[in-house]
Amino acid sequence: MDFKGSDTIPGPRTEDHLPHTAQAAVKIVIVGGFGVGKTTMVGSVSEIRPLTTEETMTQAGVGVDDNYGSESKTATTVAMDFGRISITDQLVLYLFGTPGQERFWFLWNGLFEGALGAVVLIDTRRLEVSFDVIGRLEERGVPFVIAVNSFPDAPRYPIADLRTALDLAEEIPIIDCDARRRASSRDVLMTLLRFLHSLARAKAPT
Amino acid sequence: MTPPQRRRRYPGQDTPEPPPAPFKEGKEGKEGKEGDAKAPERLYVVAGPDGERADIDLVTLIVARADPPPSATPEQTAMLRLCTAPLSVAELSAYLSLPFSVVTVLLTDMLTTELVHARAPIVRQALPDRSLLEAVMHGLQRL
Repeated sequence: MDFKGSDTIPGPRTEDHLPHTAQAAVKIVIVGGFGVGKTTMVGSVSEIRPLTTEETMTQAGVGVDDNYGSESKTATTVAMDFGRISITDQLVLYLFGTPGQERFWFLWNGLFEGALGAVVLIDTRRLEVSFDVIGRLEERGVPFVIAVNSFPDAPRYPIADLRTALDLAEEIPIIDCDARRRASSRDVLMTLLRFLHSLARAKAPT
Repeated sequence: MTPPQRRRRYPGQDTPEPPPAPFKEGKEGKEGKEGDAKAPERLYVVAGPDGERADIDLVTLIVARADPPPSATPEQTAMLRLCTAPLSVAELSAYLSLPFSVVTVLLTDMLTTELVHARAPIVRQALPDRSLLEAVMHGLQRL
């Protein structure tokens, strides 16, 4: 599949249309540092070519009243790639690969608040770039799992060491993955769903 | 080899619902009114006079209710052509190459004038719906 040029598609291909029966959508956010493989993961499980939604933000420090006409100097474009999986004829799942910096999260209204949960994709060569993301999710009460994207030259830590290093509660799943492989990325999503299910069961046992 | 060490954080509130008030991390955050602080500074201010926006999520599904009327703007016409079948706001933003906030503003107007219909997303509840989670799992298993 060719992911190039996905930013200039005039409209969905015929096979990319949702059925008219599609009633509702849910979303999962894949979050992680630059180059950690978010878009790769989105692309490996998505039924459509990954698409990009962009948002423009003004730089901090610009006054509210005087940015009129000065946009070009202060504007930053932030892109977010996403994909889609049809669950049933009525239900659709969207996956958003989101930059790790929290200041970008507000650009897309309700991105995390409305999400079922999040996958934190990490690269063990740069473990510390995920620290802040994990903390932000904890603060917001967004349930998440950790997926370790296995780059060939990345250090391999035992899961227990990673759990300690990331200071994660025992119940939070940590799994290895290869974001390029559909089956592996799907397993990550399944792990998140099972985790969410266990949380739901714990809250409302029946 | 020892990995670097993080320290755990905790939710500001006991329960994740209602969603925490949007952060006002920006220096200009305090300028915003209580209710609409969610929207940071926008480049484009193309809303109506009151700037009111419909509650539109990235995964709200939009469906056209009518053919483009003669009075439709080029953006509205493009939007209506795209969503003859349901399409998420995120996809509309991508195909139209318009920022999410701009699409939201356009859709607010089109919802008011009943050119389009919105199918609301299912958002995370305090108590997630287990049957919903099970449906998603079944769907993923078929991948």
